[in-house]
Amino acid sequence: MQEPLLRIRNLAKQYRRGEQDIPVLTDITLDIMPGDFLALMGPSGSGKSTLLNCIAGIDQADAGEILFRGEDLTQLTESELAAWRSQHVGFIFQFYNLIPVLTAQENVELPLLLTDLSARERRDHAVAALAAVGLADRLDHYPGQLSGGQQQRVAIARAVVADPDLLVADEPTGDLDRASAEEVLTLMERLNAELGKTIVMVTHDPKAAERARKLIHLDKGELWADTAAARAGAREAEPHAAPQTPGP
Amino acid sequence: MAVPLSYSWRNLARRRLTTALTAGGMALVVFVFAATLMLAEGLRQTLVATGSPHNAILLRKGSETEVQSGIERWAAGIVQTSPEIAPGQDGLPLVARELLVLIGLPKKGKATIANVPVRGVEAASLGLRSSFRLVRGRLPRPGSTEVLIGAAVARGFAEVDVGQALQFAQARWPIVGVFDTAGSGFGSEVWGDVEVLMQAFRRQAFSTVVLRLRDDAALDSLQARLAADPRLQVDVFRETAFYEKQSEMMATFLRVLGVSLTVIFSVGAMIGAMITMYSAVATRIAEIGALRALGFGRGEILLAFLLEALLLGLLGGAAGLLAASLLTQFTFSTTNFQTFSELAFTFRLTPGIASLCLGFAACMGAVGGLLPAVRAARLSIVEALRGA
Ligand SMILES: Nc1ncnc2c1ncn2[C@@H]1O[C@H](COP(=O)(O)OP(=O)(O)OP(=O)(O)O)[C@@H](O)[C@H]1O
Ligand SMILES: [Mg+2]
Repeated sequence: MQEPLLRIRNLAKQYRRGEQDIPVLTDITLDIMPGDFLALMGPSGSGKSTLLNCIAGIDQADAGEILFRGEDLTQLTESELAAWRSQHVGFIFQFYNLIPVLTAQENVELPLLLTDLSARERRDHAVAALAAVGLADRLDHYPGQLSGGQQQRVAIARAVVADPDLLVADEPTGDLDRASAEEVLTLMERLNAELGKTIVMVTHDPKAAERARKLIHLDKGELWADTAAARAGAREAEPHAAPQTPGP
Repeated sequence: MAVPLSYSWRNLARRRLTTALTAGGMALVVFVFAATLMLAEGLRQTLVATGSPHNAILLRKGSETEVQSGIERWAAGIVQTSPEIAPGQDGLPLVARELLVLIGLPKKGKATIANVPVRGVEAASLGLRSSFRLVRGRLPRPGSTEVLIGAAVARGFAEVDVGQALQFAQARWPIVGVFDTAGSGFGSEVWGDVEVLMQAFRRQAFSTVVLRLRDDAALDSLQARLAADPRLQVDVFRETAFYEKQSEMMATFLRVLGVSLTVIFSVGAMIGAMITMYSAVATRIAEIGALRALGFGRGEILLAFLLEALLLGLLGGAAGLLAASLLTQFTFSTTNFQTFSELAFTFRLTPGIASLCLGFAACMGAVGGLLPAVRAARLSIVEALRGA
């Protein structure tokens, strides 16, 4: 039996709103194997983003542990976590989150600034990553000069350029038209199949979820396995699929 | 490695208008700051250039200015025989007894009268001022009422030029020449024969004795010898030191004025920078979140925004300095507070003043940007990514 890349044990998180404690995650236990491509679905407000953020080391749980190759992330300090993220995690966001004043190539080089690669190596890596997502001819374009789909591909190049083990994607196709979404999903499939990247993807889109190897359903802070019931639940969840962030 | 400098720089370039307006505010402050420092420096240099390091000047003990000073004829006679005095080209000791009095002259184009120093000089006086140069006309005949006027007097006062005459001390003083002394304070004076002027103003005493020192050690020995002479009550200064001290009070006044004005204005400019940077942070919250997620630390975010504010300050500083440097093209005149006479001078920009101004501007930027940068650095990653 292979070691899981991530072992999540009894993870819990809640927000305090006034007098009330609002549980977001209750007792999540989950193993993510190397090479997994996981789709995380569930109704709005069910805690998908929160779980993903905890896994990616940008949010803290209140209880439980997250073991990355045996190392407990919940025990790391903020700067240790930052260093861990820069080595092991690639981020793909719904709204791409590219830096508008940097060119595609400079955006992709950003994660490499945290390594000790030389300027030349950084450039070569960035160019190769952009070529891999089919944007070799857009190196000097600024994000504003690219379409949404192209921007998301730059973001994917940025996510993989430092060769992380884990890719996290929060609704990566949520802001894209169908054709661009297909492109992005194909790219993620290839990263998973050809480069063996472990991917955790939050999505509202059943079509996107189908591209994953596994599906997990999150509802009311609890996980449901990849069963027919979960798939059915996912379909039900679709009507209110519009991304929204309830205010505090 | 930190967030690249181009990130900070290009963000400034991107919001061109706000950057220009904010930098413009700081430029204004730096302009005022630079201008007063340049004014103080210009006055200082003009007055210091008036003296020569090889000359000594004698005044009555305790008198701060030449106008207050008085040295009796017999006392000057004692000084004139000092062995510390270097010989001139004619082989005689290079020493001059001089008189300084003030007269009023109408200014050019204005109805106001300004004080002009009239210096009574001897033949040796010209030799003691090595920068002395006759620009126009000729030298006065010794023992006559003919006078020379400094170049700044010729420029700044009405109806004074070669061929015309000055009217003071119940006499007519024909102007026979215009002289220049390389931008020093002498250029704001009128020079005439010392003995004739003494008679006209009914003075018994000279104002000062100026002499050329034989060598570097001569000043100390002259000071010691004259101090030991019970007949004499004189102070001996190196000429440069004397004129530098003359400039001190005015320069200090200007600096205090400049610094207080600047401090008041800079508060406004810093608030401007702060508002600009707060809005810069607010519009870039999501990208701050992304940078943090990628692994950049709070310190690196803080630095990037501080740097941006600092560059903003430097931009303003450079613009203000550039504007202030144009002032060096003009000659101004002001009242010398020591003698209440007119003194012509130019604004002087030194590397010291330039770096002080740029440093000050960078500080204004950094201080204004500090709180916004701290805010950017304190954001939680998750909230920032949400674009809170
Ligand atoms: N800072 C916060 N303060 C209070 N409540 C919060 C905060 N952040 C999230 N929540 C709550 O936690 C719950 C889960 O939020 P989360 O963003 O993880 O949901 P989600 O499943 O990603 O939803 P969506 O599909 O709309 O993106 C929501 O009910 C939300 O209101
Ligand atoms: Mg979400």
